[in-house]
Amino acid sequence: MKKLSARRRHPLAAVVVLLLALAATGGLYAAFAPAGKAQADETAQSLAIEEGKKLYAVGCASCHGTGGQGTTDGPSLVGVGSAAVDFQVGTGRMPAQQPGAQVPKKKVIYSQAEIDQLAAYVASLGAGPITPTDKQVDPAGADVANGGELFRTNCAQCHNFTGKGGALTEGKYAPDLEGVSPKHIYEAMQTGPQSMPSFPDTTMPEQEKKDIIAYIETVNGDKTESPGGLALGGLGPVSEGLFAWIFGLGALVAVAVWVAAHTAKAKKS
Amino acid sequence: MSTATTNPSAAEPASGRKAPAGERVADWADGRLGIYGLAKANMRKIFPDHWSFMLGEVCLYSFIIIILTGVYLTLFFQPSMGEIVYHGPYEPMQGIRMSEAYASTLKISFEVRGGLLVRQIHHWAALIFLAGMFVHMMRVFFTGAFRKPREINWMFGFLLFVLGMFTGFTGYSLPDDLLSGTGVRFTQGAILSVPIVGTYISMFLFGGEFPGHDFVARFYSIHILLLPGIMLGLLVAHLILVFYHKHTQFAGPGRTNKNVVGMPLLPVYMAKAGGFFFLVFGVIAAIAAIATINPIWAIGPYRVDQVSTGAQPDWYMGFAEGLVRVMPGWEINLWGHTLVLGVFIPLVAFGLVLGAIAMYPFIESWVTGDKREHHILDRPRNAPTRTAFGAAWITAYFVGLIGGGNDLWATHFHLSINAITWFVRIFFFLGPVIVFIVTKRICLGLQRRDRDKVLHGRESGLIKRLPHGEFVEVHEPLSPGQLHTLTAHEQYRPVELGPEVDENGVKRKISPVQKLRAKLSKGYYGEGNQIPKATPEEYKEISEGHGHH
Repeated sequence: MKKLSARRRHPLAAVVVLLLALAATGGLYAAFAPAGKAQADETAQSLAIEEGKKLYAVGCASCHGTGGQGTTDGPSLVGVGSAAVDFQVGTGRMPAQQPGAQVPKKKVIYSQAEIDQLAAYVASLGAGPITPTDKQVDPAGADVANGGELFRTNCAQCHNFTGKGGALTEGKYAPDLEGVSPKHIYEAMQTGPQSMPSFPDTTMPEQEKKDIIAYIETVNGDKTESPGGLALGGLGPVSEGLFAWIFGLGALVAVAVWVAAHTAKAKKS
Repeated sequence: MSTATTNPSAAEPASGRKAPAGERVADWADGRLGIYGLAKANMRKIFPDHWSFMLGEVCLYSFIIIILTGVYLTLFFQPSMGEIVYHGPYEPMQGIRMSEAYASTLKISFEVRGGLLVRQIHHWAALIFLAGMFVHMMRVFFTGAFRKPREINWMFGFLLFVLGMFTGFTGYSLPDDLLSGTGVRFTQGAILSVPIVGTYISMFLFGGEFPGHDFVARFYSIHILLLPGIMLGLLVAHLILVFYHKHTQFAGPGRTNKNVVGMPLLPVYMAKAGGFFFLVFGVIAAIAAIATINPIWAIGPYRVDQVSTGAQPDWYMGFAEGLVRVMPGWEINLWGHTLVLGVFIPLVAFGLVLGAIAMYPFIESWVTGDKREHHILDRPRNAPTRTAFGAAWITAYFVGLIGGGNDLWATHFHLSINAITWFVRIFFFLGPVIVFIVTKRICLGLQRRDRDKVLHGRESGLIKRLPHGEFVEVHEPLSPGQLHTLTAHEQYRPVELGPEVDENGVKRKISPVQKLRAKLSKGYYGEGNQIPKATPEEYKEISEGHGHH
């Protein structure tokens, strides 16, 4: 011990300590690192990232930059996560056709396999919301009434009472939710695309998202019933007023013209 | 039968034949109500025929339909804001807290037999009632039927329209759903914007801070009792005056300011009107069976912390909504008080626009100095300034309606809502001016065409070649009846201010009001503001002279 304490001020002491520390860190890493996961990366995941990178270079890089860092034409994709890619490309919004107030929904041009590869690549750029599984988005057994309450509190301001959509400023809009798949609704809530705020699991847990999806399917889905007859777009008093003027008063004026035209003749002369 | 004197058989004719049952009932009633006198005076009352004279009937019948269906709805509706938890048949509302008013409206819609249909008939009939009154009012306006002696009836009609708007609004608010609650909140905001008294009125109306626990019950008595009661009274007065004044008619051969040409009330009009009632009821019921109106189950119960986009009032309030939507959010803060001009100015403008059309008959008779009775209707073209004013008013009204639905215009026509707001802001002022000028030119053009038709006949489309090779179109002369119809209208001279100096050469005092009146009068009847109609001399000269051209 005396020897050690005598040499601790030796000029090479610091170098020796550093070497020992490095060896310990490296050794510990080698001992505890998840070797199996690294093996799998070699096969499926890294292949998907590799393929996704190629698709990205062709379809996305011109606006989002060669490494997803973003340009003046498109935002950075670092940290948006696979859920954002799955939503944006899966609903046809990306790749965008032209700049404008808002990127509209259009025909999807990538297959789901290609979308998954793109998502894997973008997810590899930085951690973000992950594409939900089928089980996560399945509305079966969810509480529709609670979903309605949540929808009216959080969503109706922009999407209308039953998700028929509405206008935002400067030509932007909240789209109609009819026919949007549960997965995409879930991803939109998770990632907050375009003007929409995001509702991460910390503010809106998975079960509440399922409730909302169930509510949308009930009031604005393929199987939605309209007990009162034609729903007139579900847009409220404007379409009702137009209908009353055109078909209501229109029909009554036509009837009045008909009645007035068929008057009693005094006497045929 | 103890005494012979009370035996009705004593009154029977000597022949012993018993009078028919109907006659005996009528005799009985006449003895107590004097119906023979009334019938004699009114049964043969003549009504002229024109489809546009039936627009008022559309309003009357839809009002009756509204009352009938409304009575049915009161049997099941609970005008209470007491909070309950829903456990009815409508799945998406299970376990939701709501007011009893909303729950009972759900019950009417899903559990009461025929409830949904009756609710829809009631609401559709209300929209059609207001639309019918609007069109009826415009018919009266454009044909000049509001002139003496019918100014008071015009005011009754106008009041019915305004009261109809408020009855509709209170009814729309009763189900206490998220849409109507938003509308009530909007109205409360408008009340609060009124300087000084606004806060007091709001506190009084809602029994404290919004929403409180009272407004549904209060709106209920206003909706089913107060306003319809006043409306019923006005309606009866309106109809009595129609009877008293006799109906107006369009000009035509044999029709003068002193007669009415048409069909008698009985049997022709009774049959027609009765049949027309069922047709109106049928059309409204069919619409109510085909199309949903106000699906409150999809809208959800009202909660002050919730709101939806696309929250509009029914169409008749859309104009007011539009004015508020496009108004810049101005406000003045002085001495600790806030004057919310962004809401108060639209509120005043709403009253002014409605007031402008209501006061028009009085303004017109003051400007033109016309104090005579009129029973012959004007063709709109023969009163260009009035017609242009009416068209300009409708333009302002409908531009306001566009503002009220600005979000739907934006989403359905892929426009920017900001652009629509600016369009409404500019065209609420500019639109009526453009439409006024254009309408007046069109009216004058049509007057020229009438003059041309009178003097030169109808263009027949036949081309004739004259012996010397010239081609001419054959003009077919009008029949005397047509000539009369086209030249029956009177043409007035503008009001003269008189000489500038009196007999002593001293400058006369002419008030600015008189000057304004003379100027306006010139705008009505001055040179270039009406086309002189063909005179008999002109007609004679042309028809006896060289034939064509």
